[in-house]
Amino acid sequence: MKFSHEDLNLHRDTLRAGKTVTQVLVGMGTCGIAAGAKTAFQSLKKSISENALQVEVELKQTGCLGLCFSEPTVEVKSVNGTSTVYGNVDTAFAERIVKEHLSTGIALSEHVYETPAADLFDPEAEPLKQKRIVLRNCGFMDPEKIDEYIAREGYAALSKAIATMTGDDIIEELKTSGLRGRGGAGFPCWQKWGFSKDTDSDQKYIVCNADEGDPGAYMDRSVLEGDPHTVLEAMALAGYTIGANQGYIYIRAEYPLAIERLNMAIEQAKERGLLGQNILGSAFSFEIELRLGAGAFVCGEETALLASIEGKRGMPIPRPPFPSVKGLWGKPTVINNVETSANIPMIILKGGAWYAEIGTASSKGTKVFAVTGKIKNSGLIEVPMGSTLREIIYDICGGIEGGKRFKAAQTGGPSGGCITAGFLDVPIDYESLQSIGSMMGSGGMIVMDEDDCMVDVTKFYLEFTVDESCGKCAPCRVGGRTCYDILDRITKGLGEPDDIQKLTDIGHAMRKASLCGLGQTAPNPVMSTIKYFEEEYHAHIHDKKCPTGKCKSMVTYTINDLCIGCRLCARACPVDCIAGEAKELHLIDQSQCIKCGLCFDNCKFEAIDRT
Amino acid sequence: MSEITIPTEVCDFIREWKGKPGNLIMVLQKVQEHFGYIPRATVFEVAELLEVPVAKIYGVITFYHLFKLTKPGKNQIAVCMGTACYLKGGEDLIQELERQLGVGINTVTEDGEFSVEAVRCIGCCGLAPAMTINGKAFGTVKTNELAPILAKFGRTQ
Repeated sequence: MKFSHEDLNLHRDTLRAGKTVTQVLVGMGTCGIAAGAKTAFQSLKKSISENALQVEVELKQTGCLGLCFSEPTVEVKSVNGTSTVYGNVDTAFAERIVKEHLSTGIALSEHVYETPAADLFDPEAEPLKQKRIVLRNCGFMDPEKIDEYIAREGYAALSKAIATMTGDDIIEELKTSGLRGRGGAGFPCWQKWGFSKDTDSDQKYIVCNADEGDPGAYMDRSVLEGDPHTVLEAMALAGYTIGANQGYIYIRAEYPLAIERLNMAIEQAKERGLLGQNILGSAFSFEIELRLGAGAFVCGEETALLASIEGKRGMPIPRPPFPSVKGLWGKPTVINNVETSANIPMIILKGGAWYAEIGTASSKGTKVFAVTGKIKNSGLIEVPMGSTLREIIYDICGGIEGGKRFKAAQTGGPSGGCITAGFLDVPIDYESLQSIGSMMGSGGMIVMDEDDCMVDVTKFYLEFTVDESCGKCAPCRVGGRTCYDILDRITKGLGEPDDIQKLTDIGHAMRKASLCGLGQTAPNPVMSTIKYFEEEYHAHIHDKKCPTGKCKSMVTYTINDLCIGCRLCARACPVDCIAGEAKELHLIDQSQCIKCGLCFDNCKFEAIDRT
Repeated sequence: MSEITIPTEVCDFIREWKGKPGNLIMVLQKVQEHFGYIPRATVFEVAELLEVPVAKIYGVITFYHLFKLTKPGKNQIAVCMGTACYLKGGEDLIQELERQLGVGINTVTEDGEFSVEAVRCIGCCGLAPAMTINGKAFGTVKTNELAPILAKFGRTQ
């Protein structure tokens, strides 16, 4: 049935009036499934059907809750509203959840995910470190059912806009909200929309950039998998505002689950008349199609992305003209990324002023971060702009893994820089991060501890950008390669005294002369690590030493007199290059050693030296 | 070589997309989905069906990482080289796989059973270091767990 405005409201009321029962929610995003969520789901299902429970139970799948380190996660939501989240649920524990928790109503004490979930499930918990706008539905509803989205105010913003607002009203609301693009550069959203709206054209397009290419960032994937309709609704809103009737979602082919759920969502929305011809009975029509990316980081750059949608090699072209004026097939095109889009329905529904209350003076709203690396509780979090790194790392994510010392957090991926311990208390927003030599980026936050070599990590990023450079302009193509070669030499103990100067000079040239964002930002990891960790470069170049032992060609493992001949190291060695009888001093055959460090990690007697 | 031809259902897909602008990447995805790679002979067929030059198609294939021009192993191992996986030892996994399988990266074992590649972030950073075999994900993999994992896919030794 195709809905009118009235039908949508009635339908929502009916859905909400339904009986509340105990809910059991299993997080089934890609990482949940990888960790065994499907098995957990089946075990719960089987156990629920086998045990005659007193209470009525609804078992359903949801998107990712963001507690990646404890996947698979299962949440039990009782009728009175209390919630318990269990982590690392295997078959045996799934049965216990049914037999004990569901049967008795008393939560189990093991596998319970405590802090910081309290923030998420108990609104009274103070202070509220996290705030969910973008992830408002992820983990709370079944992403494969449109009704669940509708029950949670879904498509209410679209209905409100079509019934009561003009395109100018919407742009005004976005302007009040202060929403800036979450893809990296932070361009004000209302301006983009405004430019496209004010350009006369027979055809305009809306594009959603879901080509999440930053290594270590998976916010967009989680939104698409956990709440696909919100992206569709935002695109329809954009279409209504600027007068476009066609939208494309450019999505990585590496995200099969997100693709499947988006296709499902588009079908369901069309059936209800929330997409397609005459949306909600109005004169506005809007279609959405998917276009798959094929693995090219440069396609995150908007002109390259458009070339790719057109079926060509994803090469960027100089701007202006900007895509909002001359974009896809030469027509005005609004490009928003997934996270930006997910904010928009809430802004329309609750008003720009509501949104503008959250965040800092220049950066409004919230930001989703994928916190990974050497962090205790890695996962997906959403915090108000202006939160500090200390709050994110220590309060929300439980600090550094294994009690080690925090060294740096890398934001902005291969285009970003690092935030060091000295900046743990800087409120995070677009400007503050830029001023300390990093950037907001798309939201990947990789935490590094004392064991990580900054030169090695920088080389890793450069390898990435060199590989991903499209090769069109020389500063990026040649500059990136040269920087990589220098870094490679340094990590092999062949650094030369003027290498730091060379890196800096090339970096400046790349920033100034590269054609697109990829090349302009590619030297950022180099510049940032030279700025904050210059001594580490010196140690590599002058002392021919890697302080952390990460750069393998500069490390030698030897066995000292403390060895008691316990053979632990010999057994751990993957290439069997440690010789020696039990209870006798062992010896490492240096010609065979692959410098994996397993002997060092396994020795209990500090008998292995790493130099 | 010449006996490889695009099957009817893929041809139908190509015809269906022919009129749509920007169809080339979608068509190539479909061909690769069917064969596991893009055989040389099929490129000529696609060129004919879509009426675009072979050079343009090769231009697109070679630009994007996802498209393969050579046949991968029966079991495709993809080790994640996202930042989190790199920090947590993704490279060690690759070295150990190379050692166990006796092949370098991006090559196929002699029996055609396995191939190893390093891939871009697969978005399972919470499970770093991660890898996939034929699309099935394995998280927090340690080097000494590789042999048992490979055994599940029929690797003996």
